[in-house]
Amino acid sequence: MPNENAAVSKRLPDSDGNPQQSHFVATEAFASIFEVLQGKGYTVIGPTIDQHAIVYDQVRSLQDLPQGWTDRQGAGEYRLERRDDNALFGYVVGPHSWKHFLFPPAMTVATADKTASGWTFQTPEDDPPKYAFLGVRACELAAMRVQDRVFMAGPYVDPAYHQRRSGALIIAVNCSQAAPTCFCTSMGTGPQCTSGFDLALTELTDGFVIAAATRDGEEILSELKSRPATVEELRQAAAVTQRAAEQVERRLDTTNIRDVLFANLDHPRWDDVAQRCLSCANCTMVCPTCFCSSVQEVSDLSGQHVERQRQWDSCFNFDFSYMNGGVIRDTTRSRYRQWLTHKLASWIDQFGSSGCVGCGRCIAWCPVGIDLTEEVAAIREPTS
Amino acid sequence: MSERPRLGVFKFASCDGCQLALLDAEDQLLQLAGAVRIAYFLEASSRIEPGPYDIALVEGSITTPADAERIQQIRRDAKFLVTIGACATAGGIQALRNWSDTDEFLRAVYARPEYISTLATSTAIADHVRVDFELRGCPINQQQLIEVLQSLLAGRRPRTPTHSICLDCKRRGTVCVMVAAGTPCLGPVTQAGCGAICPAYDRGCYGCYGPAVQANLASLTTHLIAKGEAREKVVYRLRGFNGYSPEFRAESDRLESIEEREG
Amino acid sequence: MSIPASTTPSSSQQVPNPWQAHAVSIRSIQQEIDGVSTYDLAFDNAAADGTYRFSPGQFNMLYLPGAGEIAISVSDDPARSASSCRHTVRTAGNVTRTLGKLQPGDTLGLRGPFGTAWPMADCIGRDVIIVAGGIGLAPLRPAIYTLLRERRCYGRLNLLLGARSPGTLLYRSEFAQWEERGLVVQTTVDQSTPDWTGNVGVVTLLLERLRSFDPTNSVLLCCGPEVMMKFTAVTAQHRGIPPERIWISMERNMQCAVGLCGHCQWGPEFVCKDGPVFRYDRIARWIDVERL
Ligand SMILES: Cc1cc2nc3c(=O)[nH]c(=O)nc-3n(C[C@H](O)[C@H](O)[C@H](O)COP(=O)(O)OP(=O)(O)OC[C@H]3O[C@@H](n4cnc5c(N)ncnc54)[C@H](O)[C@@H]3O)c2cc1C
Ligand code: SF4
Ligand code: SF4
Ligand code: SF4
Ligand code: SF4
Ligand code: FES
Repeated sequence: MPNENAAVSKRLPDSDGNPQQSHFVATEAFASIFEVLQGKGYTVIGPTIDQHAIVYDQVRSLQDLPQGWTDRQGAGEYRLERRDDNALFGYVVGPHSWKHFLFPPAMTVATADKTASGWTFQTPEDDPPKYAFLGVRACELAAMRVQDRVFMAGPYVDPAYHQRRSGALIIAVNCSQAAPTCFCTSMGTGPQCTSGFDLALTELTDGFVIAAATRDGEEILSELKSRPATVEELRQAAAVTQRAAEQVERRLDTTNIRDVLFANLDHPRWDDVAQRCLSCANCTMVCPTCFCSSVQEVSDLSGQHVERQRQWDSCFNFDFSYMNGGVIRDTTRSRYRQWLTHKLASWIDQFGSSGCVGCGRCIAWCPVGIDLTEEVAAIREPTS
Repeated sequence: MSERPRLGVFKFASCDGCQLALLDAEDQLLQLAGAVRIAYFLEASSRIEPGPYDIALVEGSITTPADAERIQQIRRDAKFLVTIGACATAGGIQALRNWSDTDEFLRAVYARPEYISTLATSTAIADHVRVDFELRGCPINQQQLIEVLQSLLAGRRPRTPTHSICLDCKRRGTVCVMVAAGTPCLGPVTQAGCGAICPAYDRGCYGCYGPAVQANLASLTTHLIAKGEAREKVVYRLRGFNGYSPEFRAESDRLESIEEREG
Repeated sequence: MSIPASTTPSSSQQVPNPWQAHAVSIRSIQQEIDGVSTYDLAFDNAAADGTYRFSPGQFNMLYLPGAGEIAISVSDDPARSASSCRHTVRTAGNVTRTLGKLQPGDTLGLRGPFGTAWPMADCIGRDVIIVAGGIGLAPLRPAIYTLLRERRCYGRLNLLLGARSPGTLLYRSEFAQWEERGLVVQTTVDQSTPDWTGNVGVVTLLLERLRSFDPTNSVLLCCGPEVMMKFTAVTAQHRGIPPERIWISMERNMQCAVGLCGHCQWGPEFVCKDGPVFRYDRIARWIDVERL
């Protein structure tokens, strides 16, 4: 790849740390990315407005994007609001995460059929679309890395995740603003996208600074009308992410967090939060790294054809830890403790990183606004 | 098994909702059958066979002295008794009268109230006899009913979900109406079963499937009140189809007593 | 300067589908005690037949379509045959009850083997104490067969078995043969019956009284109810067995058995893939935590 201007490109390192030249694509030219992606057989999933929120769904043109909209978020609260400009990606993160597409909420993982000679067992053909994810944020790239380890790095690989993930093209966007619920800077995951994407965009007033990090990304970029970004555009792009970073106000103190939590499994704060927690599972459902599921038998009326349906499940559900001898985590206290210690402590033992990327979804989408950063802070307070 | 299991369907005070779900499911029931013999189902056929019944499905709540007698006999006749719907499992919407003076109702509604024989309360079947399995909902979910019968016929204990409505909202991608629109919703304290329909139509959950296991009602009502809903409206919200279930009842009574204390 | 083709993280492309079950048929059913039977399951598929290998302590997922799938330890001799293997099952709920209705010749699904195994290599040259409670003897039987096959490789062998009542002592008909081959079997029951002349009380009492072992050179393998394992480990340490030579086998709800569904988590451990057999020093910290 030609690279006459390495000194400038170095300011926007790509996933390998190899300087790739950044380009500028005007908004009108960017509109053709949908055709380019569709032409390559991708189903494009991106942000769009639905049900009072910016959700991730299939998008077919620039018109589907939430142009001129933003979100206002707090503990237990999310509101759509008008922006005073026409930004396409001028929002933060919403109720959905990309795991909806990589790890479907419900799918058939196996089937059984009764034949004359007894039961036969199959795993169904799985033919998912080839996804292009448009508008992936830095914390979400981190969440994908976390789920990659869960589903693909162990001795057994999840076939559904593997297939969807391998085919997916990732177009990241550097955040231009942060919500009060964000704490990516504490988790070291954002707001700058540094790796794990094919293309990364930074939105300026009249277009995008775009860098490719992979050959797939380069190929797509080459089909858009673009020119090398100017030094001024690169400076503006850097300022955009800088501004977002400065807006992140929430903090989670991660110092020794694993040991602190494990040393405090009897802390009175667990009782306190259990008074407020509804054990409703919303936090785990919106969390982009939570991966729990259970399998249900769905049989036809004759009972001769049975499908094993895997569905998202959560450690907040009473039955989750059911054994014939009794339910292990039979109190909200023990279930909240499982969630928090799994995300922030045992995940480190299991997968070598935190299970939290600081996206703030669990804070915004908890119906009663329980905030894990506050809970951790309280647990860190010495008890008398 | 030489003889097919005998199924009885019994009705007490209720609307037609669950009955419709049952009748709608009849085709499937018959398919399930060859497997069952419908020995008692007044609404579907005039055939009345005496007990014992292997499975008794009981719909409706107990509101009259005669009902209270009849359910005892059904219990004696039934090997496995399943209550279906909010009326049978929690007293139903008619249990609202439990908070008021029935005599006054009678005088207001009927010209000759002395002809009406009724109890002061509408109560769940389980308040009168031992119940083997409760199928919740107002109305019940037909798929769940089939699953219950299929399980019982196969000699398994039926398994219906005990998790909150919220989980189903999230699985189907519904955006939370409480968080995104400030619409009060009973979903977090309500047991799943309907498939989270109301939030998908931009409404809060009405609690048709009754309290979820270990429902934390106090936290939700505190939150609703803090967000600006008047306490008496929260009481009203809780006193729906499952208003007389122990959990919902205790919470609405608690809120009401605060109200009275505070004048 | 290199640029990756795509963002796909590397992973072996030919991944076996962990949800694919093998069809097995019931070769025979043997009732052991009231409510517990041993099922010998034969592989129907020629490809799987003869290639199945497991290690003592590992488990399979047995699948009964419509009823569900459950974790059951292999209770067979790992050296016996690769075309069928035995599972000892206690009737508990839906799936086990449905299994109880099947006849020889009926088919079901099997995935496995999964999980960690008893440390048989560590036992070589050492005294071995096996402590079992109730159905907990099932996953230990493959270890017993293995020890007895190469008896001369090990020191003194003791089995301490606890059961609710004399009638619930598992594999009683094999005890004589085991003793003959050099395993000392001691039993105790919670509730005695008029004809019972043996020990009454918890199994840890047997461990407290045990003489014929060298604590500095012993391995202890334990499976039973969680509290029983907890107290066994405590007693064993009092008797001088170091925690790194105490092994226990845990139980949790299991859906996938391959580390993907999250159900079996116990603190940082996945019981399905990090266990079910754990070295005590690894999990000593967690066994005391309630509702973990
Ligand atoms: C690693 C391991 C090895 C085991 N080995 C044996 C064995 O050799 N012999 C034996 O009799 N039992 C064994 N068990 C216990 C056995 O799995 C349960 O008794 C069985 O799951 C009960 O299923 P059920 O459907 O009959 O009971 P139900 O109570 O109806 O359970 C319904 C479902 O809950 C889950 N579940 C219930 N109990 C347990 C449990 N104790 N552990 C895990 N999941 C559970 C299962 O998904 C089950 O299908 C083992 C468990 C584990 C985890
Ligand atoms: S725990 Fe909360 S903040 Fe952290 S990744 Fe999950 S949803 Fe985001
Ligand atoms: S927090 Fe709960 S739901 Fe999320 S991954 Fe951990 S155990 Fe599963
Ligand atoms: S923390 Fe909030 S979202 Fe999570 S289970 Fe509790 S109440 Fe529900
Ligand atoms: S809409 Fe209601 S049921 Fe759905 S997630 Fe929100 S609170 Fe729960
Ligand atoms: S059983 Fe699924 S992770 Fe262990």
